[in-house]
Amino acid sequence: MPAKMEGIRIEIPPRFKIEIDRERCKICKRCTVNCTFDALSFNGDRIVTNHDNCVACQRCTAKCPQEAITIRANDMAYPVHFAYTDRIRRIGWEQASTGGVMLASCGNDLPYRSIFDDLVLDAAQVTNPAIDPLREPIETKCFLGSKPKKLEFEEKGDDIIFRTKLPPNLELATPIMVGQMSLGSISYNAQIALFKAAQKVGTLVGTGEGGLHPDFYKYGDIINSEVASGRFGVDANYLKKVAALEIKIGQGAKPGHGGHLPGEKTSQLISITRMIPKGTDALSPYPHHDIYSIEDLQQLIFALKEATRYRVPVGVKIAAVHNSAAIASGMVRAGADFITLDGFRGGTGATPRIIRDHAGIPIELAIATVDQRLREEGIRHKTTLCAGGSIRYSADLVKALALGADVAMICTPVLIAMGCRVCQQCHRGLCPWGIATQNPAYTQRLNIEVAATRISNLFHAWTEELREICGAMGIDSVESFVGNRDRLRYVGPNPRIADILDVKHAGEAWG
Amino acid sequence: MAEHEITIDALDKDGNPLRYWVLNEKIHDAADSGAKHIIVKDVLGQRFIADCMEHSDVKIDIHGTPGNDLGVFLSGPTIEVFGSCEDQTGNTMNAGTIIVHGNAWDVTGLAARNGKIFVRGDGGYRIGIHMKEYLEQKPIIVYGGQVKEFFGEYMAGGILVALGLRIRNGSVEDVSAKEVVRGSIGSGIHGGTIYIRGEVPEHALGVSATLCSFTEDDLSLLTPILEEFCEYFDIPIEKIWEREIKKIAPSSSRPYGSYYNPRTV
Repeated sequence: MPAKMEGIRIEIPPRFKIEIDRERCKICKRCTVNCTFDALSFNGDRIVTNHDNCVACQRCTAKCPQEAITIRANDMAYPVHFAYTDRIRRIGWEQASTGGVMLASCGNDLPYRSIFDDLVLDAAQVTNPAIDPLREPIETKCFLGSKPKKLEFEEKGDDIIFRTKLPPNLELATPIMVGQMSLGSISYNAQIALFKAAQKVGTLVGTGEGGLHPDFYKYGDIINSEVASGRFGVDANYLKKVAALEIKIGQGAKPGHGGHLPGEKTSQLISITRMIPKGTDALSPYPHHDIYSIEDLQQLIFALKEATRYRVPVGVKIAAVHNSAAIASGMVRAGADFITLDGFRGGTGATPRIIRDHAGIPIELAIATVDQRLREEGIRHKTTLCAGGSIRYSADLVKALALGADVAMICTPVLIAMGCRVCQQCHRGLCPWGIATQNPAYTQRLNIEVAATRISNLFHAWTEELREICGAMGIDSVESFVGNRDRLRYVGPNPRIADILDVKHAGEAWG
Repeated sequence: MAEHEITIDALDKDGNPLRYWVLNEKIHDAADSGAKHIIVKDVLGQRFIADCMEHSDVKIDIHGTPGNDLGVFLSGPTIEVFGSCEDQTGNTMNAGTIIVHGNAWDVTGLAARNGKIFVRGDGGYRIGIHMKEYLEQKPIIVYGGQVKEFFGEYMAGGILVALGLRIRNGSVEDVSAKEVVRGSIGSGIHGGTIYIRGEVPEHALGVSATLCSFTEDDLSLLTPILEEFCEYFDIPIEKIWEREIKKIAPSSSRPYGSYYNPRTV
């Protein structure tokens, strides 16, 4: 690397301006303590703002007892150019200043059209009565694992004996599970809140690729251990003390890339759990170096099944990419008891910005084409189809299920439930809410019991809204709702999408 | 009844090789019912042998050629192979010892976290990739012969050794010093150490891998490891000291620190 030259940095105007109402401000300095990005300080006389460092996380505004702070977007007047937008100009100046690969976190923030938002739902009217979820049962229970093609029974005198050997299946109280967020990308407090909430709700939580802290072994019944290319924390306990195993081939936010934990977040705790030097970047290899073909994937699936003596379901997660349907077919035939599709809008703790914003395909298309392909090949029953990557709220959940997903996989919404403001600075380890950081001064701001309760509240709300939709359609069980594409209609601008989804356009009907 | 020693034939009564899940079930059952020395004969490519076994007082002898993933997730036993291994020997190993009287090919010891692997012969690509360590947990892999590219890629800890010897029953010779290792050694290394008993030209070093001086500390670290190696394969340790051992270590514990720009603009 050449020695640093003077004057290379192009000054880029700050994105936000911190306005302090000096009349209301009592100089209690609470904002300077709470800000983790070094945007507020006290100079002995008054509060000093450093606009450059502000990321609009809104921590200061939430904590100011005088409501004296307002964060404004710094709208500078640049000559209008719809091609060289503000965003693109700024990226250019920054890359010229540093030459580095732009790193980002959270999910794709570009205004790609959401296909979920172009789908509307049916309701039962006259020909098919609605069911009242307030007074009648609507089943939301589902089972994760491979199902047999048929059930065999044997008659022995008066008794009927069940003969089929069932593959391992896990019962989920609701068709929503928490995806993979590692200890490292999120804090110890955040992870334990997730486990507590999942235990209460009756669903699964992923460990992410940061290993499983021994304090968490007791939550094993609701844990889905991730076996990623870095193999962090993959020891006998990690494999044997949990309810499910998931091989991470890809992730929606960064298809083709491995996991990435910046050195800022490799604290002493993470160094112990992952067994790497403190302060080093944990960059997982892009491929698993023992998976170079579909046969190799089968090999790892069975290495895991053998390790657990065939006791737990073993699944595979891929990013939603161009040939997801063909890949998924291969995965199911390779023995995956469940497959997880992660769409291109999925979140992440750290990724190159160009990958986050431009690689992958929408989850809506991936769910529909994978479900279709597996049905056509007669192997749909062999796997549970889980899908995520911007299932933002209950409306998306409902539409994802109707398109063909058995279970929705969510991550960002549970972080939002814990208090995340989506400021998209997760990769820097400075999360002021104590969620995406390893700094103990910040993580202690996240109250575990409060966070756990908020997460289970979210699950409860979504499950009830799912019941509302099912009831309104006259459906009494989620099983009858999954893949029921006829209850969706497309209202978007591109009829080709409706074709690929195998969803009719609004106005088209039967009879 | 728990037997102290048990022999398992990997062929069925018709002389056909057992499928791996059948063979592995026999091995697991034997260990679970108390056998301490399990001898497996006529092994012919069966995979996942000793997968995630945790019995630290069990020894498994393998006669024949085990398939891929021998000792994958191994967490305790000692395995001695009288033959050569395929790929991924000791894959993601946690504890235990694997001794191979033959070769062991690609990605041996992938992501190993502890434990020891001693191979008499040669190896393939990406041996010891992403090995890790913490305090006393320090994996060790020693190859008696030659290895191919990406030896110790992305190492975060542990000790990796290639000796460049040709060891046969009752004889040991040097392999040419130029042919002990190939290119991209230790590419991305940020922890741990690689020792090569042979030539290491500058262009063969991977990203962030640098040659360092071999000191007294290295000598005291390596001696017990090499003594153990010599004991398994019955060769004199003096033969090893005849040629210089090169040491490769990380130039930085954060080689990609300046590669990324975390600023959001």
